Order: sequence, then C-alpha cells, then structure tokens
Amino acid sequence: MTDEKKTQIPDAQAIAEGAEVTKEMVQEYKSNAIDMDKMWITMGPQHPFSHGLWTLKICADGEIVTDADPIVGYLHRGWEKEVENRTYPKIIPMADRLCYAASMTYTHLYCMTCEKALGIDIPEKTKYIRIVADEINRLQSHLMWMAAVGTDLGNYTAFLWCSREREYWMDMNVRLCGARSTTNYPRIGGVRNDVFDIDCDLPNEEDHSRFMRDLIRCCDHFDKALWDIIYLIDNNSTFVSRMVGNGIITREQCANLGITGPAARGTGVDYDARRDDPYDNYDKVDFDVPVIKTGDSYSRYMVRVEEMFQSTRIIRQAVQKIKALGRNAPYRLKVPANIPAGRTFCKLEDPRGESMMYLVSDGTDRPYRLKVRSPIFVNVSSSKALLEGCRIADVPVIMAMIDMCLGETDR
Amino acid sequence: MDLTVREYQEGWESEIKSKLESQFSGKVTVTKTETRRVYAQVDRSVSKAVCQYLHDELSFEHCATVIGVDLGEAEQKMQVVYHIDNYTLYKGVVVELTVDVPYDDLHIETVSDIWGGANWHERETWELFGIVFDNHPRLERLLTPDTYEFFPFRKSYKLRGSQ
Repeated sequence: MTDEKKTQIPDAQAIAEGAEVTKEMVQEYKSNAIDMDKMWITMGPQHPFSHGLWTLKICADGEIVTDADPIVGYLHRGWEKEVENRTYPKIIPMADRLCYAASMTYTHLYCMTCEKALGIDIPEKTKYIRIVADEINRLQSHLMWMAAVGTDLGNYTAFLWCSREREYWMDMNVRLCGARSTTNYPRIGGVRNDVFDIDCDLPNEEDHSRFMRDLIRCCDHFDKALWDIIYLIDNNSTFVSRMVGNGIITREQCANLGITGPAARGTGVDYDARRDDPYDNYDKVDFDVPVIKTGDSYSRYMVRVEEMFQSTRIIRQAVQKIKALGRNAPYRLKVPANIPAGRTFCKLEDPRGESMMYLVSDGTDRPYRLKVRSPIFVNVSSSKALLEGCRIADVPVIMAMIDMCLGETDR
Repeated sequence: MDLTVREYQEGWESEIKSKLESQFSGKVTVTKTETRRVYAQVDRSVSKAVCQYLHDELSFEHCATVIGVDLGEAEQKMQVVYHIDNYTLYKGVVVELTVDVPYDDLHIETVSDIWGGANWHERETWELFGIVFDNHPRLERLLTPDTYEFFPFRKSYKLRGSQ
C-alpha cells in the first residue's frame, strides 16, 4: 500500500453518536480501502513441503499465486570461506556435507577439479568406478525425491515403496565405501578402495567380486521394481492430475533463469553435461538423455523416472568395463600436496542439475578460493516464474519438482 | 538469437575467440582456449556489452555463475568471474570472463537483466565481497543475516585460528 492510498476511515465515534453517513463517504472509504484480496503467506521454514529449512513467501490473490519470494540462508555455514583454511585432502569429507542425498557427486567434482588443476590424468578404472558411484547416488537421490513427492501429494505408499528401493542402493553404497550417505569415497587422484577388494571370495575372483555381482542384481531388480512404482503413480488419477499442466514455463525462460538438470530437460532444454560436455568416461558409455518439451510438473517427473532407467544402463556398462580392465589395473595415483598456482573450473551433472567448482590455487597446500555452483541455489531463485498463476494447493507440487536440498543451496 | 542446435566441432573456440577480439578490440583478451572452453580477460567498461553480445549474437543462453575473487591487499583489486554456457549454436561451450574491479571503486554493471539466473549470484557476491552490481533490481542480503555490517569472504576478514 502506497502512502497516497492511506485509508481514511470514517470517524467511528462520530457515527456511533449518530452522525450522518453520506454516500460519498462510503464511496471514498471503498476506493481507499486496503486491498484485502492480496496477501503474503509465509510457507516454512517448518512447513511439510519445504524439505529442509527455507521459507517460501507467496503473494496470493484469493487462491491464485501472484508473486513468490524464496528466503534461504538458514544453513549458511560459510563453506567456501572455511575451506580456505584447510589442506586439500581435508576438504573431501567437507564436500560430502554439501548434499546429503547425493554426496558422491560433490566429492567427485571436488577431486576432479583438483586433478585438473594438478594436470594429472587418473586411471581408466577409476573413471568407471566413479561413474558407478555417481549413478548409485543419482538413483538414491531420485528415489528420495520420488518418496518425498509421494508424501507431498498424499500418496504414502509411493513413499514406502521408493524408500524400500532406495535401501538397496544405500546398501550398495555401504559396501562400496562403508557409509550410507556421507561417503568420503573419492580421493584426489583416484578412489579410496578398489571394487575388486569388496567381498571377493568368489571362485573366479580374478575378474569378479561379490560387490559387482550384487550391483548387477540390484539393477535387474530395480528395473522391475521401478515399473511397479510407475504403475502406482501413473495409474493414480489424483496424483497425475495434480502434476499435469502446472508450473509451466517456456524453454527460453528456463534457460534464461538458469534452471538446470531434470527440471530443465523437462522443459525442453536439450542439455546434459554427461553427454554434451563429457567428463571422466561418460563419452565411452551409451545412454540416452530424456528431454520432454511440455514444461509442466509431470514432464519433470517423467524425465527423472527415465533417468533412473538410464542410470542402471550406465552402471551395467561401467561394471563390464571395470571387469575388462581387471583386478591389477591401478585405481589411485599418488598426488602432490600442493597445487600449482592457477585457475580451474569443472562441471558435473548432479542429480539436481549442473554443479560447478571454481578453484583459485596459489601454489600452497590450501585453496585460495573455492567456489561451488549449486544447481538448487539457482533453480529456487526462479520460484516466481514457476509459481506465478498457479493455485496455492499446487505450490508443493511445483516446488517438489525442483528437489530442494538446502545443504548445497546455503553452503 | 539463433537457436539452431549444432553438435560440437573442433575450432569453435578459436571462432569465438576471433569474434570476441574483433568485436571488442583491445578490451577483451582471450587468454587461453581448451576443448569447449574459452577464457577471456575483459575490461570493466565493456563487461556488460560483452555479455550482451554473447547472449544476442552467439546464443549463450545460460549464465552458470558469477563469482567474486578477492586478490588481497597486495594487488588492491577484486575480480568478478562469469561462466556462460551455450545450449544450441555452440553446444557445450563455456566462456569464462574475468573482470578486474579495483578496491577503490568496487562497482560493476549487473547482467541480471540479460540472464535472470545471474540475479542471486550477484546478490551473493555483493553480500560476501561487497562488490556493488549497478542497476541490480534488488541488492539485498541473501544468505547472511541483514544485521551483518561486514563482508565475510574478503581476505581482510580472518577466520579464527587461520594461519
């Protein structure tokens, strides 16, 4: 409300005492009255849809959202400043804490950036092991998202089924590196342990390990189980009708606002860093990048589901390549503690979008500046474009398609 | 903006390099090119014009990051680094623009009207480094509390126990 529009409420005392209320007075009152149609509603930080500590302020005109203002920063730890005080290997477990749902991708990205700055090429086998680890994390992140969407949309069975399937991938994570979510697995110059060294008491253990056998079994099981979940969700008209046709933005808007990842590919942006800007050995495995041009919540959901099928496809191929390289292939290099002065950046296709690290090194054993580009930080900043014109009841659905993760947003 | 999708070809980097250097002769120096990467040093007076050119003529649709770097008391300057992605005409190419901003005049023109995605990155860079983005629609604190009266990512702000 601007200053000129300040309401002049008729003198209530005078009216009560019997003063005449003219037609003009009523008209003037109405024209100056506060615009009660629009109101700001604060959703969060303790709202069931927020999945973490952040606030979404929406301006509602009746039932229609006209403006949105996301507020983040509750978890700001000054990550980028803190790492300036630590040696390079000590940052690896900190990079895990950027995203608890897919921690491996950030650790991988950090190690990749350091390796590029050092100018070393890591062994072939390590590249495939990192692909396997990344895809396991992508699967568990997408399943966690799917479970969350289930509860957001009132489908508790979807939550339980997705959580159950996620446990298989969590178990794979545990066997690979001993931890469920904060894995601390990649190292600068390689990975911590070889996949051949995990439960390797099979008779033909020269080119096999129980871990890799179970990984393939997991893929086989999951390809079927995912169809169960798809039937559960796609045959549920309530679930589908809440996703179809809301949160629509155009492809140009999406690219301009900096939305990346499945949310962008569900809006027609045909870009995946794994294919178009390949890192490690992603150019040596065969996979498709799902792109849907509709641009609503349902297409973003479909893209993520299709990505899960592609992930198992990638894991199968990577395991074949690891087996072909054999037990004796190196998986880790010794690297110097100091990184020569220079500037490096690397990008990686995170489950949520395009993450990037920019390293300014000064020849010492600590980074001079390390910047993290978090995909969610940018995706959530476009809330206004996504939410404008939708109904309040659709807000949780649209924001769920962004897949919030506050650890990386606030850093 | 030409949105024809092309698959990666070798030589795109030198093509972009020659286009940038001929368009802004003397103000833009391409320092290095790698596969799918172009690194350029840009004069502050043309930073906005370079961004506009990349967006309008070379179809760079996506601004990935706006990064602040404090070079410390010795150099007496900060830097703003942009990473700009292409989805169509030069698919997969990233241009890195580095702009020097001296300590005594920490101002640079905003690019958030060209790329909406740069909006929050600029806010973040302002609140953590104190680099003012002129004509930014809403330069307010984002991650840190409104009561902060200092810029915590500057090198002059020492962490406890730091060396």
